[in-house]
Amino acid sequence: MKFSRGPIIPAICALAILVAPFTGLLPDYWITLFNYIGISSLVAIGLVLLTGVGGMTSFGQAAFVGFGAYTTAVLTTRFGISPWLTLPASLIVTMAVAGLIGAITVRLSGHYLPLGTIAWGIAFFYLFGNLDWLGAHDGLAGIPPLRLGTHPLIDPRDYFVVVWIAVVMAVIATQNLLGGRIGRAIRALRRSTRAAEAFGVNTAAAKLMVFVYAAMLAGLAGWLYAHFQRSVSPGPFGITTGTEYLLMAVLGGAGRVYGAILGAAGITFLRDQLQNFLPWLIGNTGNYETIAFGAVLVLILQTASSGVWPILFGPPPPPAPPTPRGGKTTPERTLPAPGTALLQVQDARKVFGGLVAVNDVNFDVQSGRIIGLIGPNGAGKSTTFNLITGVLPLSSGQIQFEGHALRTQTPQRAAALGLGRTFQHVEIVADMSVIENVALGAHLLGRAGPLRAILRLDRAEEALLFANAKRQLDRVGLADVAFKPAGTLALGQLRLVEVARALCLHPVLLLLDEPAAGLRVGEKKALARLLREVRSEGLSVLLVEHDMDFVMSLADRLVVLDFGTRIAEGIPADIRQHPAVLEAYLGGVS
Amino acid sequence: MDGTIFLFLLQDGIINGAVYALVAIATVLVFAVTRVILVPQGEFVAFTALTIAALENGNVPATPWLLLALGGLAAASEIVRHVSELSWRRVARIALFDLALPVALLLLTRTLAPMKLGQAVNILLAIALITPMGPMIYRIAFEPIAHSSVLVLLMAAFGVHFSLTGLGLLFFGPEGSGTTPLSSASFSLGDLVISGQSIAVLIVTAVLLVLFALFFGRTLLGKALRACSSNRVGARLVGIPTSAAGQIAFALAALLGAVSGVLIGPLMTVFYDSGFLIGLKAFVAAILGGLVSYPLTVLAALGVGFAEALFSFWASNFKEVLVFTLIIPVLAWRSVYAPHAEETE
Repeated sequence: MKFSRGPIIPAICALAILVAPFTGLLPDYWITLFNYIGISSLVAIGLVLLTGVGGMTSFGQAAFVGFGAYTTAVLTTRFGISPWLTLPASLIVTMAVAGLIGAITVRLSGHYLPLGTIAWGIAFFYLFGNLDWLGAHDGLAGIPPLRLGTHPLIDPRDYFVVVWIAVVMAVIATQNLLGGRIGRAIRALRRSTRAAEAFGVNTAAAKLMVFVYAAMLAGLAGWLYAHFQRSVSPGPFGITTGTEYLLMAVLGGAGRVYGAILGAAGITFLRDQLQNFLPWLIGNTGNYETIAFGAVLVLILQTASSGVWPILFGPPPPPAPPTPRGGKTTPERTLPAPGTALLQVQDARKVFGGLVAVNDVNFDVQSGRIIGLIGPNGAGKSTTFNLITGVLPLSSGQIQFEGHALRTQTPQRAAALGLGRTFQHVEIVADMSVIENVALGAHLLGRAGPLRAILRLDRAEEALLFANAKRQLDRVGLADVAFKPAGTLALGQLRLVEVARALCLHPVLLLLDEPAAGLRVGEKKALARLLREVRSEGLSVLLVEHDMDFVMSLADRLVVLDFGTRIAEGIPADIRQHPAVLEAYLGGVS
Repeated sequence: MDGTIFLFLLQDGIINGAVYALVAIATVLVFAVTRVILVPQGEFVAFTALTIAALENGNVPATPWLLLALGGLAAASEIVRHVSELSWRRVARIALFDLALPVALLLLTRTLAPMKLGQAVNILLAIALITPMGPMIYRIAFEPIAHSSVLVLLMAAFGVHFSLTGLGLLFFGPEGSGTTPLSSASFSLGDLVISGQSIAVLIVTAVLLVLFALFFGRTLLGKALRACSSNRVGARLVGIPTSAAGQIAFALAALLGAVSGVLIGPLMTVFYDSGFLIGLKAFVAAILGGLVSYPLTVLAALGVGFAEALFSFWASNFKEVLVFTLIIPVLAWRSVYAPHAEETE
């Protein structure tokens, strides 16, 4: 069962939900339930961003809800501050706490991260329950309601408006954030961290930003919860609720913002129905609904691990990127005059344990040239490549680029200096459109941060970045697939997408790691034509390639490596005759 | 704090730590073989203690019914999943293990419980009732997603924990209980009073750890399990069935959990949901040991037990806060200095 794609169905559903309470058809009970769904949705939306998009699983979001709720509870009951004024306070406290915890937590790799969230999730739960000025296990009661003028928002219908305005704003803000420059970086975090770093994304900062954003949505939920419930106690801020929020995000389809609302609705309804039904079945009350909860969680993971939303509504519609205005594009870099020394590799050495992968290699790249780096398997080509692009640190020696010594090179710094690269194993964000993948290459050409993206003040800049991306896609001949999800392309096309993405950086030096592997003959010819064109514009290309015809016909000079050592360097015609090269490739004639 | 208090805390810490060590070893074993971080491990502990408590009072515990329920679920899920490849042998195995065994244990429990045959019988019966739950849970929840990422398995483990806690409430009720100590002897060493129970805990833990080391070092089955943990694909290629390995790992985990339940029952009042915190503290120890090293895990478990004793002396309200905060710097240190291969999905 699949409904039509596009925003129409969700929009109708949203409208139906938003209008329903005021038709007089629904009893208060249901409105209250809707309010809890809305509050949970906020947390789940944050989790969708954190887990589904950013790839960081948190079991501890309930603790942030607690921070938001307790902040307003303390400020209103102890200090008599007006509830509206405590909203920024709740958000700031959550932000500060999340910043601190996140600084440690998001650095955790792999499954250490969720384990860390479990640990602090439990620690905060016990902290809330044991601090006397938070009312310990009894919590704080008598929280004043929100007021509009003198009208208190106590009726669930009144509060419904507040909650769902917050949800709609959170959805819009999140979609805007994901659609922008930082959003593309976030979407690359999960599967293509290496690519994101190679184009200048500070991945640690991006992760922390997502973490804090998700926590602030939870803090907002906590603030709303406190003024709806009018009392807080530690119970709902523990690890069980934290897992429930995660379940909502997973049920809705991690990675789908609207799915979070669907998931929140599903879980909240389920719990409510079970709480009504189970005591009747079992005969006494207790937390029996957890039996069904656990079973549902396991069943979802076993049968529909990508969630319910994609099953109902299919893949997400392609994004509508901003239209470029007046043919303007991002400013080009001024390239050095052809023939000047650009990259100097001096005695570069890389040692892994006892293995010398790159053994005091020397070579230069001049601007406006295509240099081929060749050698048999295991010759150290890719390692050399990684040394230049800052993925690996040098053991000894020096690499200079336009006079800068790249001693403490990082991928981000390489990108900033104008080194654009592709990967031997393609690093593409499969669920992002082709043009967005290419625009990721222009990350450093833009400046808009998360706030500008959320407020949609980044449109002019985005238009420039997308115009640039479009132009690079035209150059590699993929303009017609620009809006397809990148995951649907063939390997050869993906290699060209990577070349376009590297060009999008406006590089000085293009580093291509086996770009012709997997390309068909026609595509290879087109790529060769493109690289010649690029060279004529003054760019330099460093090419690692196994396809000898391709590299011989294209390169101005070749550097040959074998067992980590440079065995020859020269123009292709000489290399073809070079005895050491022939021996390396064909074996000695002894 | 004077020397006596310190020694008292040390004793307290070591005893709790020894129990955490058993649970933690089970956590490490299950993670190594199946990559499941077994959050519900603590449930085995709590359910065992509650079972023994019921038997001591001459009541029939709810455990056999729980076992029968799990067996029924395991049988149903295996039949549904493999309906096209059911052989008579397989059906017979399912009938025997999932239905006949729980029914037999149910009848046995109903016969033995009113007779109050004493501690040894109670303990053995409880262990026999809890241990088969391990492989049943593996087959119901984890086997169908055995190849998923650690994260998916972790979430499923939380799901199982939720269900089991709810079932625990349903079958055992909300009241807590304790069990009689294994030994009522006690002797004093200067100012320090050492209870026979403490000695029993230490001896049982030490013996089990030695048996464990022998099992993994000397037996073919133990070596096969180790092979699974170091390279699943490789183990499969040389003919070790990973599903069986997973079931054995879960059976051992349930067994170790049951023994821990025997040991901890006399030390504290156990409720249906007490297992979660016990499991999590053991889990802190397992993380401190990097989810790999058994000796490190035992040391870490003793450390956690001792830290808990110290914290409860200094700031008893914040005991749990401090114990769980302990884990965060270790995780940070682990992920910097012991990086593991990126999880691929």
